[in-house]
Amino acid sequence: MSDVVILPAMASPRARRVRRYGLPILGAGIILAWALAATFAPWICPYDPNFVDVAQRLRPPSAANWLGTDALGRDVLTRVIYGARTSLSVGLIVVLLGGAFGTLLGAAAAYVRGWAEEALMRATDLVFCFPPIILAMAIAAALGIGAVNTAIAMLVVWWPKFARLARSLVITQRSMEYVEAAQSIGFGPGHILVRQIIPNAVGPLVVLVTLDLGNAILVFAGLSFLGLGVVPPTPEWGAMVAEGRELVQQWWVATFPGLAILTVVMGFNFMGDGFRDWLDPHARSR
Amino acid sequence: MQEAADLEAAKQGDAEPLLRVRDLRTWFLTDAGPVRAVDGVSFDLAAGETLGIVGESGSGKSVCAKTIMRLLDPPAKIVGGSIEFRGRDLAKLDEEEVRAVRGREIAMVFQDPMTSLNPVLRIAKQLVEAMTAHGRFTAAAARTRAIDLLRRMGVASAQAAVDRYPHQFSGGMRQRVMLAMGVSNEPALLIADEPTTALDVTIQAQILELLRGLNADLGTAVILISHDLGVIANVCARILVMYAGEVVEEGAPEDLLTDPRHPYTWALLHAAPRIDAEAEDRRLVTIEGQPPDPRAWPEGCRFRARCPFAIDKCAEHPDLLPIDATRASRCWVTQAGGALHEPVRPQPQARDAATAVAPQPLLEVRGLSKHFPLPRETLFAEQRVLRAVDGVDLDVMAGETVGLVGESGCGKSTLARLVTRLHEPTGGSIRFAGSDITHATQAEIRPLRRRMQMIFQDPYASLNPRMTVGEILTGPLLLHRIVDGQAAARTRVEELLGLVGLPRQSMQRFPHEFSGGQRQRISIARALALGPDFVVADEPISALDVNIQAQIINLMVDLQERLGLTYLFIAHDLAVVRHVCDRIVVLYLGKVMEIGRAADLFARPLHPYTRTLISAAPVPDPRVERTRRHVPLKGEPPSAMNPPSGCRFRTRCPVAEERCAVEMPPLLPAADGQLVACHFPGRI
Repeated sequence: MSDVVILPAMASPRARRVRRYGLPILGAGIILAWALAATFAPWICPYDPNFVDVAQRLRPPSAANWLGTDALGRDVLTRVIYGARTSLSVGLIVVLLGGAFGTLLGAAAAYVRGWAEEALMRATDLVFCFPPIILAMAIAAALGIGAVNTAIAMLVVWWPKFARLARSLVITQRSMEYVEAAQSIGFGPGHILVRQIIPNAVGPLVVLVTLDLGNAILVFAGLSFLGLGVVPPTPEWGAMVAEGRELVQQWWVATFPGLAILTVVMGFNFMGDGFRDWLDPHARSR
Repeated sequence: MQEAADLEAAKQGDAEPLLRVRDLRTWFLTDAGPVRAVDGVSFDLAAGETLGIVGESGSGKSVCAKTIMRLLDPPAKIVGGSIEFRGRDLAKLDEEEVRAVRGREIAMVFQDPMTSLNPVLRIAKQLVEAMTAHGRFTAAAARTRAIDLLRRMGVASAQAAVDRYPHQFSGGMRQRVMLAMGVSNEPALLIADEPTTALDVTIQAQILELLRGLNADLGTAVILISHDLGVIANVCARILVMYAGEVVEEGAPEDLLTDPRHPYTWALLHAAPRIDAEAEDRRLVTIEGQPPDPRAWPEGCRFRARCPFAIDKCAEHPDLLPIDATRASRCWVTQAGGALHEPVRPQPQARDAATAVAPQPLLEVRGLSKHFPLPRETLFAEQRVLRAVDGVDLDVMAGETVGLVGESGCGKSTLARLVTRLHEPTGGSIRFAGSDITHATQAEIRPLRRRMQMIFQDPYASLNPRMTVGEILTGPLLLHRIVDGQAAARTRVEELLGLVGLPRQSMQRFPHEFSGGQRQRISIARALALGPDFVVADEPISALDVNIQAQIINLMVDLQERLGLTYLFIAHDLAVVRHVCDRIVVLYLGKVMEIGRAADLFARPLHPYTRTLISAAPVPDPRVERTRRHVPLKGEPPSAMNPPSGCRFRTRCPVAEERCAVEMPPLLPAADGQLVACHFPGRI
C-alpha cells in the first residue's frame, strides 16, 4: 500500500483546448473573413473589378495596387474579393441544394426499401460511372457557358454522394430499437423518418456538407479555369488563375487567386473536422 | 504490503505459485484524471489451479486479466505492483519479452468470439500461425495438431472445418476454435474473459465442460472471469470477488457461496434468481445505488454507501484479511465476528385472488407463422425462406405473466414483434382484446397501441440519442392525445418518472447521461406512458448487471401489481423466467415444444428440450450442482432455413426414435394445464 505512484505529466487544460478547438476556430475565422469581404466588396474595394486601364497593366504589388494588376490593368485585390462572391455563392448553392435533394431521396429510399431503393442506387451508380469533373464539364459544355449553367452541371454530379451517405446512415439507424419503439407507440413513417431518424443521421451529413463546400469551390474554379465557368469579364478565381497561367514573370496574377482558393478550401476543411467532433453525441459529454 | 504478507502466511505449505500478483494497480490516465480501474489486487495461482474472478461491470476484473497479459493500450498503464510469473515480473518486461510469454505461456480467450478471430483468414492459417509464431512447431506439424485440437474441442468434422473461414461458424464453434488456439502452445495459464456470456445456455454448458476438461487433462491453470456466480462455481476451485478495483473476498466456492463473508458477495448471491429455488416472492434482494466512480473511490470501505450492514468503523478502509486457511475477506463487520443474515424477503402475497376471477384471454394467437424470404444465392436458385415462427398457438390471460424461452434463433423476438404487429404475419391469426389484428393496417392498429406496449432489450439502442427524456416521454402522450397541451404532458411525465424511480430533473437530460439500468427505467416509463394493460418485454434485463437486473425485475413486479399489467416476458435466462412468470412457453426453431405453469414445468419437464435447458443452467452452489441431474445437450440448433423433418428437436434429442423423423408431434395436453409436443413425453 505504501508504493509511491508516479503519474506521467499530462498536457495542461489550456493546451488541450487549443489542440481541440484551435483549427476549427481558425477555419471558421477564415470563412467568416471571406464571407464578410464578399458581402461588403463594393465598400471595401478600392477599384471597380472590371475597370480596364491598359496603361497600368501587369504592375507588381505596390501601395496603389496591393496585389498588383493583371494583363488588362485591373486591380487583382479587387478582383479576388469580388471573386469570393461568385465562388462562395456557387459553392453554397451546389452543396446545399445537392445535399438537400440527395439526402431526402436517399433517406426516403432507405426507409421504404424495395424497388425505390434499387432504382435510386442504380441512378447514383450511373453518375458515379464518370469522373465527376469530366461529367460536369460535359454537361456544362452542353448547357453553355455561365455561372448558372455550371452550377446546374455541378448539381447533377453532386447529389448522388449525399444520397448514398444518407441511405447508409438511415439503414444503420432504422435497425436500432428506438425506431421499433416509435413504431410500437404508433408513430407514422413520416414522423419516424423526419423527427427520429434524420436528427441522428444529420451529423455526418453536416460534416460532409462543410468538407464538400471547399471541394465544390475547387471544382467550380477548375471548370472556370478550363473556360467553362463564368462569362468574362466576371471576376472568378479559377478564371483568374487561367489568365495568369502563362505570365511566369508576373507571378502575382495567378498566385493570389490561387491562395484565395487554398485558404477557403482549408477553412472549410478545418471547420468540417470541428463539426465532426462537435456533433458526435458521445464526444460532447466528455 | 501488510495484507499480502498475511495472505502469504495464511497459505503456508503451498508450493511456489505459478502466478503471484501483488498490489497490482492499473490506472487509466485520462484527461479528466486517473481512473483507478485495478487498485491494489493481490492473489496467487498455483499450477493447474482454476480461479474465478467475479464482479459487476466496472469492477476491474477484465482490466486485471488484460494487465496480466500486458494487453493494455494507452491511456491504461500499470502504475504499481508486480505480476510474478515463473520467476519473472510481467509488469516490468519489455514488449519483446512479453510477446514471448503471450500465447506461448499464457493464453487468453475473449468474450466476443465474433470479433476475436480474423474474418479474412482461414481457421487453419490462424491456428497454424499461433503455433509457428513461437517456433515450437513446423507448419506441417502445426496443421496436424490444429485438426487434433479442433477434434478435441468438439468441432464436428475437424478435417474439413479447419479450412473454413470464421464466418462459417456459429458463436459456440468460434469459441471452441478460440479455445483450441488458446491451448495450442500448451500454455501454463489460460485466461478466459467472459467466454460464455455471448452464448446460449446449452452452448455455455458445453464450453464450460470443455474448460473443465482442459484443466483436468492438460493441467492448464485457468482464470475464468464472469459476472455469473453459477458459471464460476461450475468450473473454479477458488473465487475472487472484485468490487471497485479491489478483491473484497476470496475463498472456495463451497464456502463463499453458502456463507459469504463480504456484504457484496452476499448481495450478488441474493440478487440473482436461482433455478433450483422455490420463488417465494417475485421481488429479489437488491442493494441500493450504483458502483462508485473509479476516478474518486470513496474513503473507507468502498462498498459502505451501498452496504446494508455498514457500521461506524467502515469509514476506515478495511484490509483483505484471512478468515481461515483458505478464505479472506475485506470487511470490518465479518472480521469482527459479525454475521451476514439471510435477507428478509417480503411475504408472498395472495396472488390467487386476482387470478381466480375467470381469466379472460387478452391475447389469442393461433397457428401464427412468419417466413422471411432470403435473397437468392444465384439468379435461378430456388427462393429460400427462413421460418422464424412456424405455427405457434398461444394464449395470454389478463393479469398473468407468460414467459417465452428458447435458444437464440428460436423465434422469440420475432414472435414478440408479431404480436405487437411490428412485423406482418405470414399466416395464422392474432386476436388482441377481442379484435383481430392479424392483418390490420398501422392506422387501424394505432388505437390498440395504447393498450399494448413493448420494452426492448438494449437500453443503449432503444432510446433516441437525440431526444431528451422529456421529449421521449411526451411524444406518445401527445400522439395519442392522452393529455391536453405541454403543461399537462409535463405533469404526466413527472408522474411516470416517479413511477419508475427516477428524479424529475431527468426530463431535461439526454439518454447517454444515464446508466444502463436507468435507461431501462426510461424505456419502461415510455412503455407505460400510454397506460397499456399488455406489455411485451423482449429480454429486458439481459444487458444489465445482476444487481440492476434484480432492481428492474422488482420494478416490473411492482408495476404489475399496481397497474394490473399483463406481461409477455421474453428471456433466455431460465432462472429469471422461472422467477417472474406464471406460465412458460418453450420455443425451439419457431415451434412450441412445451407450455406449462412455471412451477410444474421446472418440477417435471415433459419435453426433452425443456429438461436439457433446465439442466444446462448453472446453479451458484457446488453442492447442489453435484446432486443435480445433468442431461447434456449435444450440438447446436439446426438452421431454421432447413429445419429437420418430423420433430424439429429430434437431431439433438437424447431419446429420439425413428418415428420422430417421420411424424411431427402435435402440441397435446399431457398433465394438468401442461401441453407438450413430444411423442415420448416425460421419458427423460
